[in-house]
Amino acid sequence: MRSTAGSTGPTGRVTRPEREGRIRRFSTAERMVHRVTGYLMLLCLVTAACLYLGPLAQLVGRRHLMVTVHEWSGITLPVPFLLGLLSPAFRADLRRLNRFAVYDRQWLRAVRRRRTSPEARPAGKFNAGQKLYAGWIAGAVLVMMFTGLLMWFMGLLPFISRTSAILVHDILAWAITFVVLGHLRKAFEDPEARLGMRTGHVSLSWAQRHHSRWLREEREGDAAADAVDRRMT
Amino acid sequence: MADKPKPRTEGAPVGRRAMLGMLGAGAAGLAAAPYLQKGWENFLAAASEVDATGLTGLLPNPGGFRYYSVVGSVPHKDETNYALTLGGLVDRPRTYTLDQLRAMPRTRVVHDVVCTDGWRVEKTPFDGVRLADLLDDAGVRSKGAAIRFTCFDGAYSESLTLEQARRSDVLVALTMQDKPITHAHGGPVRLYVAPMYFYKSAKWLSGISVTDKVVPGYWEERGYAVDGWLDGADRQGDAA
Repeated sequence: MRSTAGSTGPTGRVTRPEREGRIRRFSTAERMVHRVTGYLMLLCLVTAACLYLGPLAQLVGRRHLMVTVHEWSGITLPVPFLLGLLSPAFRADLRRLNRFAVYDRQWLRAVRRRRTSPEARPAGKFNAGQKLYAGWIAGAVLVMMFTGLLMWFMGLLPFISRTSAILVHDILAWAITFVVLGHLRKAFEDPEARLGMRTGHVSLSWAQRHHSRWLREEREGDAAADAVDRRMT
Repeated sequence: MADKPKPRTEGAPVGRRAMLGMLGAGAAGLAAAPYLQKGWENFLAAASEVDATGLTGLLPNPGGFRYYSVVGSVPHKDETNYALTLGGLVDRPRTYTLDQLRAMPRTRVVHDVVCTDGWRVEKTPFDGVRLADLLDDAGVRSKGAAIRFTCFDGAYSESLTLEQARRSDVLVALTMQDKPITHAHGGPVRLYVAPMYFYKSAKWLSGISVTDKVVPGYWEERGYAVDGWLDGADRQGDAA
């Protein structure tokens, strides 16, 4: 299947079927935000391991270099997100990630009951797990930045000891490591989802199967927008 | 304006709640950290005694030392090639071999090792030659006011004032926890400055030079305090 990366930009509604039954899932800006954030997170985790894990620290050494790379990859982690806010498509997806629909609770129930069929797990453009992940990782990164800055600039807030900041930073670092590994595992299990993030397009059949409510909602949204258009003219 | 209507704005803002919940948990963690820390240390001390895998060493703030080096690799030195030079503003510049150092009068200091990165090893015994004795052996000239330490890793350096260097709990250490200091711990010879944070205790010590003023060391040029006194709660081990 040939890639549709770099194909003509969407001129009409974003989810109208395009060529060969493929539909647009992510804009170029969104994919750039995801890619840069991913690389920065990777850099953060790798340098953290070199600072923190004894055998790796002995192998790599160069503590000041590792500290510098870790600090700067951490502090710049939200930059792609902030730049992404300039993109309407990115903002629209943030709204989708934020709001829980009725079927999202059904999705969570299906997870609890270990029902894996796509029919049992209805989802909009993002499923409930993706929504919770997005919200949680955003909060976690902010806590890491805050505690990291307390360690970087000693005595910034004298009433919080450096030891306390380090304890929270360390525990949350492990939590993030496992959650991000889970995120990667999910991606490796679903080639079409990866293709969507790499090229911006997914197959119609995949979207209908794994994100059944997405296209329906878009059609309803389009209909409403058309109605607005008609009223405006 | 024919703006697309915002998709699904009527649902509960669960994403935002997840984020705020995590922020709240972070704040609660910071508030509870001083209490958690003690319990955590006790738990790890108990766990590491029954843990044969060493996995507890990966957990936050494990008991025990962590390995820090500022260079990529550090040469190994032993009896055959180790030398400690003592020079600068002294009357009799010296070079000590490992055997010569071992033959000198020894002092034992037991004190908590405390790193600025939050880990601590309680009541750690060090044994070695008092820095003051070495300085007397070489004879510090009247202009001498500070000491600069250099290391055979080729990069690290440290400093003390002459007054600090003459304290009885500042050692040129040869053993730690009653065993010869291993390479990973800065052996065969490292500095041990008991009343200060552990970055002042230079590993892989190879040079001592008396200077007329304090020359900031490696981390001190990168923002650390030149006087690395343990402060506040970290000084609790001072009775030792």
